[in-house]
Amino acid sequence: MSDVTATDITTTSAAALAEALRAGELSSVEVTRAYLDRIQAEDPTIGAYLHVDAEAALRAAEQVDTARTKGEELGPLAGVPLALKDVVVTEGVPTTSGSKILEGWRPPYDATVAARLKVAGTVLLGKTNMDEFAMGSSTENSAYRVTRNPWDTDRIPGGSSGGSSAAVAAGLAPWAIGTDTGGSIRQPAAVTGLVGHKPTYGSVSRSGLIAFSSSLDQAGPMTRTVLDAALLHEAVAGHDPLDSTSIDAPVPVLAEAARRGAGGDLSGLRVGVVTELGGEGHTDGYEPGVLARVAEAVALLEGMGAEVRQVSCPAFDLALPAYYLIAPSEASSNLARFDGVRYGLRVGDDGSRDLDEVMALTREQGFGPEVKRRIILGTYALSSGYYDAYYGQAQKVRTLITRDFTRAWDDVDVLVSPTSPTVAWPIGARVDDPIAMYAADLCTLPASLAGIPAISVPCGLSEGLPVGLQVMAPALADDRCYRVAAALEAAQDAARGHALLDAIGGRA
Amino acid sequence: MTDTLVDLDEVLTRYEPVIGLETHVELGTASKMFCGCSTTFGAEPNTQTCPVCLGLPGSLPVVNAAAIESTIRIGLALGCRIASWSRFARKNYFYPDIPKGFQTSQYDEPLCTAGHLDVEVDGETYRVEIERVHIEEDTGKNLHVGGATGRIHGADHSLVDYNRAGIPLVEIVTRPIPGTGAKAPEVAKAYVTELREILLALGVSEVRMEQGNLRSDVNTSLAPIGSLEWGTRTETKNVNSLRSVERAVRYEMRRQAAVLDAGERVVQETRHFHEDTGSTSEGRSKEEATDYRYFPEPDLVPIAPDEEWIEKLRAALPELPAARRARLQEEWGLSATEMAWIVNAGALGLVSETVAAGATPADARKWWLGELARRANDSGVELAELPVTPRQVAELAGLVQAGTVNDQLARQALDGVLAGEGDPAAVVESRGLAVMGESDELVAAVDAAIEGNPDVAEKVRGGKVQAIGALVGAVMKTTRGKADAATVKRMLEERLIGS
Repeated sequence: MSDVTATDITTTSAAALAEALRAGELSSVEVTRAYLDRIQAEDPTIGAYLHVDAEAALRAAEQVDTARTKGEELGPLAGVPLALKDVVVTEGVPTTSGSKILEGWRPPYDATVAARLKVAGTVLLGKTNMDEFAMGSSTENSAYRVTRNPWDTDRIPGGSSGGSSAAVAAGLAPWAIGTDTGGSIRQPAAVTGLVGHKPTYGSVSRSGLIAFSSSLDQAGPMTRTVLDAALLHEAVAGHDPLDSTSIDAPVPVLAEAARRGAGGDLSGLRVGVVTELGGEGHTDGYEPGVLARVAEAVALLEGMGAEVRQVSCPAFDLALPAYYLIAPSEASSNLARFDGVRYGLRVGDDGSRDLDEVMALTREQGFGPEVKRRIILGTYALSSGYYDAYYGQAQKVRTLITRDFTRAWDDVDVLVSPTSPTVAWPIGARVDDPIAMYAADLCTLPASLAGIPAISVPCGLSEGLPVGLQVMAPALADDRCYRVAAALEAAQDAARGHALLDAIGGRA
Repeated sequence: MTDTLVDLDEVLTRYEPVIGLETHVELGTASKMFCGCSTTFGAEPNTQTCPVCLGLPGSLPVVNAAAIESTIRIGLALGCRIASWSRFARKNYFYPDIPKGFQTSQYDEPLCTAGHLDVEVDGETYRVEIERVHIEEDTGKNLHVGGATGRIHGADHSLVDYNRAGIPLVEIVTRPIPGTGAKAPEVAKAYVTELREILLALGVSEVRMEQGNLRSDVNTSLAPIGSLEWGTRTETKNVNSLRSVERAVRYEMRRQAAVLDAGERVVQETRHFHEDTGSTSEGRSKEEATDYRYFPEPDLVPIAPDEEWIEKLRAALPELPAARRARLQEEWGLSATEMAWIVNAGALGLVSETVAAGATPADARKWWLGELARRANDSGVELAELPVTPRQVAELAGLVQAGTVNDQLARQALDGVLAGEGDPAAVVESRGLAVMGESDELVAAVDAAIEGNPDVAEKVRGGKVQAIGALVGAVMKTTRGKADAATVKRMLEERLIGS
């Protein structure tokens, strides 16, 4: 990487940056400054970030450079900048989860994910925009700003991790952490041409992720390449005593799986195409261009030796209603702590109102409409007399979906589907139609409800906009997702002559 | 508003009470239920807190294994079935002292179920069925500033101390207890007393009721005698002394009887107990009660204690109070009534330690239930609060046994011990309380008594032997009680009557 330009820095993969840093070809300050400059130039248009602290970033970068000069032992990712979704709690750095109710809050502690990345020597560029409390699929539910899709700035970047997806796609961060409850990593990755992986539930600590739906939330990587995703995933994964649901098992070797997959040999791999997710008789709501790209991707996998078959998972049809009972139920409880007593916003405490009024006013003004909608929905679903019919019933559906997956693993190694039924839609198109908005998660919900790993990998363009292929695997077999995604990525890049992201803004 | 009350005797001519208790016990674990914060009582407000017990966004609970162990041990001591699979649940409601907007508790999958505890009142045994024992977290504490009463009404503002938030709390719930009749208030008190003894024996809590380590919600209902259905119950919340438990039940029986006598209905509600008047007042009614929207806590994995661990804990249980009482009664050769006196005086531990320090059971009992009980009563303190140790009491009894002091001198020695002058032997020494032997001093005192009372001496010589008492008294007076009366009498007889 001699004669590297700022553009090179902001369009290259994080893995390549890490290598250049290790080799001393680039300093962390150079890399960080290149990103900060680009953020300054482009983010007013894109709107990816809620908080950027250039000074702190440069200070951190300098520390890494100094340590490297002194010959101190550094982790493989040391000096590489990154962005964190604003749902990740960061010590001393404003954290809002996209909500007015947390405006101005500076947490006194670091999320485990943030702490591990700090220890790894990565440099925090800033906190990215998101749908308020991660509720949404377009980032339009942010209380702060609109985020635009770098492929077409009149369109949404997906959600809820839309700030992270837009930042990476626009070259405002080499990579980013997102969180996924029902598809919030995978869908924004798909509609911006990124790789996004939702790890096995319990394999990445939830400690310090502002909870939306505790039984579903997982943090994961959003990156330009499959290898980057594997590297970032490895850096944050692993057992955490601070999270009781954290799995005490060794982290699977992911980067190695990605490298092996890129070799292009999938012989012996059994791939199931899920009928209920865009297959025959289930194409309502799916754009033909999306289905065409997915079919081509499947054909490519077959060409690399995979055995492809159709797999039916009938309970998937019930995933959407089940999810929209379970997630709001948990959210209604998780968001009860925002009462204006201990931190964040407090409204109406002028001595004329009692406690209940102050709490109600704070919540009335602090939460946006989608958050209120889900709190009301969840409160209702958990109410005595309704619990069995709603929350209880949804949990049974969850069991059925898990059973469909378990049955499928008898016959196949991975399952594939579109990540999103459509490409990125125009900003504002679905804001008045929550059901249409919820439908964006149709393909990603089953893996969330079953707690299994799933990756979205780019598989071409439809009408000039990115399409993603979702690859799902059994719990703790995240490495399979990376292997298949890397194979597809390598094959497509070779055929195309460049990475999909290079086509952004007509660059390639 | 003053409630109309019916005399208790009269209540029982028309109604049959059913009682029930929900008792909360703060465990004595070093750290909180779901985080590593200290549980030490009395620290500066909000100094024993962290992101978890403050409910900061993103924080997650991690179960304190010691608290689970204590809960299982309590369950075993109460003869409960220990669930092989148990879950936490969220109890959702808004209040500033509950940091997360929900309390992490247990709902339909408690750790321990179906136990029992036998309690004795006036020689009769009542079996209290235990429905469940579960584990949860305590709330913070509100302090209402500016009001006259420390209550929320009239206060300028409120402060919250989260030091208590997250302290492990065990809830022990009885099934309804019918058939106690006139003894209902005493059975309620006896149950909490016995439960407290068990918790002490297990060493799981300090059970200081005045610090709120143990507090009971007392349910009371009345039904007309012979009725097949139970009446509507009230729940008197947070009763925090043994005496108050008894008073709360008695008050509710008397109040509810008046309500029913007037042809009205008892309202199902929570009530507050007032220590000063012994009365209760209305709290929340069921109509305005919160729907807690319980659901399984997704941040915690189920508790699945294996059989082997449970059996290990069962085998390691200490001797429980009932068994201990039976054993000691046997060892000490006491009647059931004598034993009951010791227990009711709260002196079992003291007596037992005094015996262990070398006193005879009879002496230990005599001292604690006699002289020491009288002094505790005079100073308005509990027996255990007297500044005298069982070892000192045993030493005192030993001095009497050895004849070093008589009963009266021993009481003077006790004065010295209580006044902080040291151990009994040292006090006897420093105050010069030892009984006089046949010393020159005593011989002189005897001679002086004869010389000083020639008339009496003559009477004795003349055969009026009973008159010798006056001379004994004179000697005792001269020696300020330090002489042994029997010795003095014998010496006088030798001189006046001959041996």
